[in-house]
Amino acid sequence: MSMTEPSSGGRFGDFGGRFLPEALVPACLELEEAFRAAWADDAFRAELDGLLVSYAGRPSPLTEAARLSERLGVRVLLKRDELNHTGSHKINNVLGQALLCRRMGKRRLVAETGAGQHGVATATAAALFGFDCVIYMGEVDVERQSHNVFRMNLLGAEVHPVSSGARTLKDAVNEAMRDWVASVTTTHFCLGSVMGPHPYPWMVRELQRVIGEEARRQCAELLDGGVPDVVVACVGGGSNAAGIFAGFVDTSARLVGVQPEGGAAIGRGLPGVVHGSKSMLLQDEHGQVSEAHSISAGLDYPGVGPEHAHLASGGRAEYPSVVDAEVLDAFQLLSRTEGIIPALEPAHALAWVVREAGRAIPSGSTVVVNLCGRGDKDVAQVMAHLGHER
Amino acid sequence: MIPLEPHLCQRRDGGAKLLVPYVTGGLSDDWVDVVHAAVAAGADAVEVGIPFSDPVMDGPTIQEASVRALRRGTTPGSILADLARVDVGVPVVAMTYYNLAFRMGDLRFARSLAAAGVSGAILPDLPLEESADWERESAAAGVASVLLAAPVTPDDRLAAIAARSRGFVYGVSRMGVTGERLSLAGSAGVLAKRLKATTDKPVLIGFGISTPDQAVEVCAEADGVIVASALLRAVLDGGGPEAAAGFVGDLRHALDAG
Ligand SMILES: Cc1ncc(COP(=O)(O)O)c(C=O)c1O
Repeated sequence: MSMTEPSSGGRFGDFGGRFLPEALVPACLELEEAFRAAWADDAFRAELDGLLVSYAGRPSPLTEAARLSERLGVRVLLKRDELNHTGSHKINNVLGQALLCRRMGKRRLVAETGAGQHGVATATAAALFGFDCVIYMGEVDVERQSHNVFRMNLLGAEVHPVSSGARTLKDAVNEAMRDWVASVTTTHFCLGSVMGPHPYPWMVRELQRVIGEEARRQCAELLDGGVPDVVVACVGGGSNAAGIFAGFVDTSARLVGVQPEGGAAIGRGLPGVVHGSKSMLLQDEHGQVSEAHSISAGLDYPGVGPEHAHLASGGRAEYPSVVDAEVLDAFQLLSRTEGIIPALEPAHALAWVVREAGRAIPSGSTVVVNLCGRGDKDVAQVMAHLGHER
Repeated sequence: MIPLEPHLCQRRDGGAKLLVPYVTGGLSDDWVDVVHAAVAAGADAVEVGIPFSDPVMDGPTIQEASVRALRRGTTPGSILADLARVDVGVPVVAMTYYNLAFRMGDLRFARSLAAAGVSGAILPDLPLEESADWERESAAAGVASVLLAAPVTPDDRLAAIAARSRGFVYGVSRMGVTGERLSLAGSAGVLAKRLKATTDKPVLIGFGISTPDQAVEVCAEADGVIVASALLRAVLDGGGPEAAAGFVGDLRHALDAG
């Protein structure tokens, strides 16, 4: 299997597509055309690459996690996307979409956010480009990520708390889509993951591909031209995973996307259609979408990007899950062994490596973990969970 | 089941403007009485919403109605069972989001609608590019697949939507979600006129039509209106079947007076 352009209409095998109200179809067709043209345009690519270097701080290093490796008996390499400006991989996608927004002559961004990292990244790009910016965020997430809400406000964005449903990421997406239906002629919907209607899953993966391409080069240097045995990333919608997988899908590396136990759309879900595409989805027998549950606001989503459903059904990637307690342990372990406080999202990827080292991951393997976000935003929440134990 | 398109054409060709109220199925114990009341007050067909957990095309009123219905344990099956027990007297058109049909299977879903006497179905998140399978299966079950056009729909798509739609063509009055509005969007009349120029099928305009005056205004171009949030608001606020009858009666009266 490869990670190339989806077939016409945005299909990744049985998944993907464009399940949208008619009012939004012309905008998606326009976006698809704009992205295809921009992606083939050297000037656009050069401008984006320039921003990624001079503004976001790319390339991110690949760090040998020596003490953690010794502890686990596998060689762990950390792809340090948490060092990007704004603290996560989300900025890679957002800078690309902001350039596209300008190219399409629009001047307003709307976005959904869970943990607030995508909201912060979008607000940052809006400030950089002088766009208006509205971020939709579930009330529960506003509460557990209040620090990021204030950051978005500082950056000049309006944050609209969403009180419908479970008041988390799924509901924020609904509300952002409702805004977009009414504002589509002037507004770009800056979706934060490899989900939604075509062309978003493809476009966001291409904008995140830089993670995988860098990591592939860095691995080749470090491993004498070799590739790692395993590449691991956390999966909410799946953008950081898609980005790093894209760099290794044509190698022998095992690709592992780690889901939260309470949001394991691949494994516990069934095929379904919501938010513009067909994918695996947590839902009841009637097709009502279920509420996901995760300690991590960024992974608290009942669906998953359609390309991941496709990679799973073809057997090219695997999607295990971990529980909150394992995540909290991994969060602390990395902090103490490497001096890096990870975000709760990539702590899922680490938790799987910690659990499976010497089991599903044979001792002596080389494992690349996408450390896609830093933990500053989560410190207060983790402090509450651990009850100030120490 | 009453075939949708012949029924609407007959009434239209008899000189009437078409009035289609929307009721969220399973909203309350007496939701079927709300349907009967609307029909008695002059509805030409009734749209019954099958609530979905994530209604992205709906504003606060229909969201509230959906939540209320789902909290009561309403399912697609319970709504269809309620409908199967009664004779509504005019065609019933189901409106829901595609995942509920997809989960059951397109053909099974279409057949279960037909078995309950439902004449047509509206799936607003299934645009032309995705609807071919559903159009085929619903046709096989004898259920009219109603397609939607929006103000931003370009001419070539508009013609395709009008050609493929069955029962009637649903024109979305304005760019935005459902919900009561103080005034009619200018886009409503423009879209109705464009649709009328491409098709002889009944052209109904919905989304945001809130008052008798607005219904009359849009019917200068359109064959009729779909009225949802304004009616549901009256029902949600505790008015029950009487409020529905009063509201639909006022609309009927205004449309007949022209
Ligand atoms: C640091 C971090 N990682 C991962 C995610 C989940 O998104 P995705 O699965 O698209 O990478 C988020 C979302 O908020 C995040 O902030």
